[in-house]
Amino acid sequence: MKINLIGADGTEQQLDAVEGWRVMEIIRDHGFPIIAECGGACACGTCQVEVDPTWQAKLHQPREDELDMLDQNYANEWSRLSCQLIFTPELDGLRLRISEVALADAA
Amino acid sequence: MAEETITTDVVVIGAGPVGLFAVFELGLLDMKVHLIDILDRPGGQCAELYPEKPIYDIPGLPLVTGQDLTDRLMEQAAPFNPQFHFNEQVEEVEKQPDGSWLVKTDGGLTFNAKVIVIAAGGGSFQPKRPPIPGIEDYEGKSVFYAVKKMENFRGKKVLISGGGDSALDWTINLQPIVKSMALIHRRDGFRAAPASVNEMKKLAAEDKLKFLLGQVTKLHGANGQLEGVTIQDNDKKEFELEVDTLLPFFGLTMKLGPIANWGLNLHENLIPVDVEKFETSTPGIFAVGDINTYPGKLKLILSGFHEVALMAQQAFRYVHPDAKLTFQYTTSSTSLQKKLGVN
Ligand SMILES: Cc1cc2nc3c(=O)[nH]c(=O)nc-3n(C[C@H](O)[C@H](O)[C@H](O)COP(=O)(O)OP(=O)(O)OC[C@H]3O[C@@H](n4cnc5c(N)ncnc54)[C@H](O)[C@@H]3O)c2cc1C
Ligand code: FES
Repeated sequence: MKINLIGADGTEQQLDAVEGWRVMEIIRDHGFPIIAECGGACACGTCQVEVDPTWQAKLHQPREDELDMLDQNYANEWSRLSCQLIFTPELDGLRLRISEVALADAA
Repeated sequence: MAEETITTDVVVIGAGPVGLFAVFELGLLDMKVHLIDILDRPGGQCAELYPEKPIYDIPGLPLVTGQDLTDRLMEQAAPFNPQFHFNEQVEEVEKQPDGSWLVKTDGGLTFNAKVIVIAAGGGSFQPKRPPIPGIEDYEGKSVFYAVKKMENFRGKKVLISGGGDSALDWTINLQPIVKSMALIHRRDGFRAAPASVNEMKKLAAEDKLKFLLGQVTKLHGANGQLEGVTIQDNDKKEFELEVDTLLPFFGLTMKLGPIANWGLNLHENLIPVDVEKFETSTPGIFAVGDINTYPGKLKLILSGFHEVALMAQQAFRYVHPDAKLTFQYTTSSTSLQKKLGVN
């Protein structure tokens, strides 16, 4: 199972994904710049990603605390917190990029 | 002339859970403490980032929320009468010829202490800066992250951005004195007291303020003075709004801040310490809790509690160099119990 991560330069990389892991953990484990300061507690917003529009329907709706945290981190309509997305086989091939806000946090 | 210098045994920088428990351990060994924090209240991350979330790994407390833990640590520290200085950031520490330390804050406070304990966690809590190009040029002139004096905004054309309590409260409180008020948020949902949301909507319905959905994408102006902003609404349409003041309220984030300039060894923004005394590369300055690093370090509240107990033993030798330190239990020592006010 894979996640397709789009880099800042537009190139795509395939990451090995594991069922039951948070998407945040998968990205971080591959060494990409995402600080995820709060370790997935939905309390920092530094794990923001933008999910490809065609994949949006496969994701669960964000909960209220995720929406609050997205509000505080200049999210756009495609933004999600990757720590709130648990990887399942239905998400095999999920296409996303790390948001600019998260990249700036990690810089 | 600077204000009078406050003399004390120990200055603790940071009033997070570890700084608060340091008061207790230092107090048991007869050391008086002043704590300084840039936040307006104690608790550090526990109070600021997750006051209502449960913590499950505090020994003896199977479940406690961030705020409750803070309240209990305050209660536990109270017998030692710690002095708190909130809304102050420590800017400088300076060694004195007699071996003591001067500690200076951005608000003009000066302390003289025999020992400094850095319990600064992930660093100072700072307002989050929205990623709008060039915003730095306007900060402090026409873009502000806090309202220090309401009067400064009288007669201004103000835009407030955000959906939390600060955004809503200042929209409502400043509205009567500004020339025009607008609030922008990315959705019609708020993380704020329902009464404030209703009040804001009532004012909007009466045309006393504008409520806009979308985000600020560009700033227009010159020499730090804002003249207008470009807003992108949720249908990706752009329009301009004439404003001379922008107040972004996007919560807080932690930044190492001035600690980097104090001449301490740093490793990836953390302060290396030994594991016997939790002292830094500079004798007399200790680092405890999330800010320190050593082999096997875990960023847990539990670890911070252990660290302050050991740190206090060495701090005692600086503060009371001629006194003898005896190991005692709070259960059985009448002298410790007297200090705690339970005997
Ligand atoms: C969502 C979340 C959940 C967590 N869950 C747990 C858990 O279940 N169990 C657990 O053990 N840990 C947990 N943690 C980690 C725990 O909160 C930290 O380990 C703990 O807060 C560290 O305490 P501290 O006192 O060292 O620092 P902090 O709590 O970070 O406090 C440091 C304080 O110092 C202040 N400061 C820094 N520099 C300056 C300066 N120059 N001048 C003035 N003030 C300054 C800051 O403003 C801050 O208030 C969690 C953390 C988060 C974010
Ligand atoms: S890791 Fe902090 S919100 Fe996701």
